[in-house]
This record gives sequence, structure tokens and C-alpha cells, in this order.
Amino acid sequence: MIKIKGLKKVYKSGRGKKATSVEAVKGIDLDVAQGEIFGFLGPNGAGKTTTLRILATLLSASDGEATIAGANLRTEPEAVRRLIGFVAQGGGTTDDVTGREEIVLQARMYGIGKAEAEKRAEAALAAFDLTEYADRKCKTYSGGQRRRVDIAMGVIHQPQVLFLDEPTSGLDPQSRAHMWDEIRRLRAEGMTVFITTHYLDEADALCDRIAIIDHGEIVAEGTPADLKREISGDVVTVVVAEEAERAGELLGKESYSNGVEVREDNELRLNVDAGDSAIPQIMRTLEGAGIKLETIELHRPTLDDVFLTKTGRSLRD
Amino acid sequence: MKLLRDTWLIFQRHMLLMLRSPLWVVLGVAQPAVYLILFAPLLKPALASVGANTMSDAYKIYVPGMLIALALAGGLYVGFGLLGDLANGVIERSRVTTVSRVALLLGRSLRDVVTVIVQCIIITVLSLPFGVFVNIGSLLLGYAILALCALSSASISYGIAIRVANPSVLGQVVNNIAQPLMLLSGTLLPLALAPLWLRTVADFNPFNWAAKGLRALFIGDTGNPAIWQSIVIAAGLMVVAVIWSARTFSRSVR
Repeated sequence: MIKIKGLKKVYKSGRGKKATSVEAVKGIDLDVAQGEIFGFLGPNGAGKTTTLRILATLLSASDGEATIAGANLRTEPEAVRRLIGFVAQGGGTTDDVTGREEIVLQARMYGIGKAEAEKRAEAALAAFDLTEYADRKCKTYSGGQRRRVDIAMGVIHQPQVLFLDEPTSGLDPQSRAHMWDEIRRLRAEGMTVFITTHYLDEADALCDRIAIIDHGEIVAEGTPADLKREISGDVVTVVVAEEAERAGELLGKESYSNGVEVREDNELRLNVDAGDSAIPQIMRTLEGAGIKLETIELHRPTLDDVFLTKTGRSLRD
Repeated sequence: MKLLRDTWLIFQRHMLLMLRSPLWVVLGVAQPAVYLILFAPLLKPALASVGANTMSDAYKIYVPGMLIALALAGGLYVGFGLLGDLANGVIERSRVTTVSRVALLLGRSLRDVVTVIVQCIIITVLSLPFGVFVNIGSLLLGYAILALCALSSASISYGIAIRVANPSVLGQVVNNIAQPLMLLSGTLLPLALAPLWLRTVADFNPFNWAAKGLRALFIGDTGNPAIWQSIVIAAGLMVVAVIWSARTFSRSVR
């Protein structure tokens, strides 16, 4: 649905000898399948929004090619605009008009006739749970309501691909969960959704596939589960009543173990491939040696760990 | 066709916004109204040399100049609204649609013209007690000249706003443009009082021509060639300004 090849964006500033150029996006390749929620994950300034704005025809690329739903971004921007919807991080509603008026105007800017635009707006307001507020001015809306109006505007022309820039930033947890449901509903209708986010939990919970971008380059790509598995497998933390050293030696010899670390307070950390099948084996090994087990706990790696491994730093830094 | 449809669409939206906060239109007339009442009475002696023997004559010279100043200044400051919409995402949200780029600007500019004409009508009505009676045909022609001036100055403002992209710089630039244009169009004091060199410079100012034409219409001197000259010059300026701003805008926003 989206094919990107060697996409590059160079920002130039200054003139003559003082001219400097910054490569915001350094030649990225991506393929997004139809009906997928694709997450573009990265810290602020990594090139997420730049890439998104290029794909939404708002910025021209310095180099590279992209096709969206079969339309060429460089040569057929009009066709691309008809096929995609785009919602900017800050949205684009005006304070003094109502949600309904905004949605109707957006439809009409796509060339849709007045009667049809009003019909679609009515349906969109209902679908996004906005009917109750439809005729109030946008300035009275909560952050979540405003964001829903933005998304309703983004899909009013029934695009095949929807681009959302940080759709949940600044929303309270409840509105955030609501927004995730809306996005899943759009996918269920067959839409391909491309979102940028810097929330790892959002990428994990919502996205079918993600790409991690850092300093303008893609450093990892895959399903959240694959990415997590790829980096380290699982970690099992075991606390024994006594003889932690001996337990460590024994467990280190087992085939399911990829390494054991003995820590303070009789705690052992084991790296294993698959934690759920390793746990019963660990328990058997310790029982066989007569070592009393106090607690056993499984840690799955999070996207935080993936991010740390791939970029050498935590996303929150 | 698409351009007309889209321009009408954007014009309607901006008219709606204007009608929702009509206070701005009224505030825009406050200053000219004060000038009309407090400044114009000083003018009678000054304007005697250009043939104003009565108060009504003085006002017929003064009011047209003020209307031109209103169209000029009213138009030149509209760029701030565009910068606001660029910052709050309204323009961006329009740009991802297939709406005509030129219409995004033209629809706005036409709303600005309506605002200016409404303000001019208010001032015209306020001038009635001072004896400024103009026959309706001349008045309509005068409003046409004012509309051309407003469309020109609004377009110039939008073009500059896109170029400088910064409200405080825009303010400076607009002030620096508005002041000489205003002084050199004799809107406050007729240039007939000015020395020759100043009048020569003023001949290059389209708004000066517009003011001359409008004065001829207000005085009732309908045979004066300044009338058709002012229409031709204002129309020419309008075409150039609209094309320049539309090109600047479509290039910057794709």
C-alpha cells in the first residue's frame, strides 16, 4: 500500500560560504501492507514528522521515490491527496466554528457536493461519538473530542491510507484508549493506518508492525513481538532460600539457559529463549538439587529494551 | 470552474468567521470615525487653497482620502490572520485536500474586500451629517475603486506574510510600506499642497491615483479623466498583486 525507496530530505539554510545542510531523513526504505497499522517510532527530531509530511504531499523529498496506493508521490501528488488522509499533531480546527461545520468544509474541499458532504458529516459525527457536541463551537471541546474531529476530517473522503502524526500525544489515558479503539475500527474497515508515536506502549499495543527511526535512519523494523524476541529472549528472576552460588552453577549448565547472573539477596537472573517453557524446567532442576525456591518471575523484554539495544539509549533520554 | 467553486467555498468560511466576531469590523472603523469628527474640522482653512469654501467641500475632499487609507491599511494588515492559520494547522489541513491553492488565498482576500467595503459604508453614512452627499452611481463606482485597492493591499499583505513568515517582522514591513504609501496618496492632506518634486514622486503611487479618482467622484466632477485613470490603474495593480501573491503562496505551500 505504501512503498518507499531511498527517501531523503535535506534541509539547507544560509547562503554562500555559511550554507549548512542537515540531513533530516537519510534515505529510508519501507513497505507497508494494506490493512496494517504501521507505527513509526522514534524520539523527537528523529525524522518521523518530516517523513510523514513528505508522504502526505506537504513537503517535497530531496531524493527517493514513494508510491501510495499505486500513485506516485512525486509525479501525481493530486492522485495521492485523493487516496490519503492526514492528521497533523496539532490538528487544524478553528475555535469559532462547530465540529459539524469543520467536517462539512473538509469534505467540500475534496470536491464533494454540499448535500453529500452534509450526509457524510452526519455519519462521521455518529461514528466518532461526536453527535452530542456536533453543533457546539470547537473551542468548547476537550482535547480528545477535538482530536476525534480531526480524525473524522481526515477520513471524510474515504481514503485508503490514513497518516496520523502523534495521534494521542497530550491526551488523558481514557481518551487515549478511546483513540486506539477508533484507529482499530478504521483498520477493521480496511484502511491502512500509518502513525508516528514516541510512546513505546502505544506502538506495542496498537501497531501490527513498527519501524524505529533514529537520526533519520531506520534502525529496526518488524512486528513488536519479533523485535522483542530478536534482542534478548526473556529474563527469569529466581530467588532461592539459600545456596544461591550452587544454584547458579547448576542452572548455568542447563541447555535452556543462555547465561546466569547471581545477584544480592540470593537472586539469580537467567537469560532464556522462551520464558514460559523454561520456568517448569528451572523449578525441576532446583527441586532435584534440594534447593528451596522462594519466588520465580518472568520478564518479557519491552520495546524500551529494543530501543535501548538498537539506538544505545533510552527513548526517554 | 474549480477555482471559482473553491474560492466561493473558502470565501463563505471566512465570511462565517467574520460574522461570528463582527466586533473586529466595527473596531476597524473606530479610528477613521475619530478622524472624521476630530481631525477633519481642522482642515477647512487648509483646504481653502484647493477650492474648499464650505465645510461640506472640505469633507468631500477629506472623506475619499480617508476611505482610500482605510482600504490600504485594512488590507495591509490581513497577513497576520494568514500567519495565524499557518501556525494553527488550518492551512495545512486544507493543503492535504485537493482544494485549489489559489482559492485558499483568493477566498480570504475577497472576505477582506467585503470587510473593507462594509467599513467604507459605515464611514460614508457617518459623513452624511457633514454634508457629504454623493449620487448613488458615483458612490458605487467609488466603492469599486475601493474594492480594487483593498484586494490589492490584502494580496500584497499575504504575499509579504508568506515571505517573512514571522508576525513581528511582518508588522515592521507593513508599517514601513503603509506609511509612505499613505502620505504619498494625499489621503490625509491633499498633495495639491505639496511641492512639485513630492507630487512627481506621488505620481508613481497607484493609491494616489485612486484617491484622485475617488475625490472627483465625491465632488461630482464626473467628467474628470482622473476617474477612468484611477479605475485602470487600480485594476492593473490588483491584477499584478493577486498574481504575485497567488504564485508566492502556491510555491511555498505546493
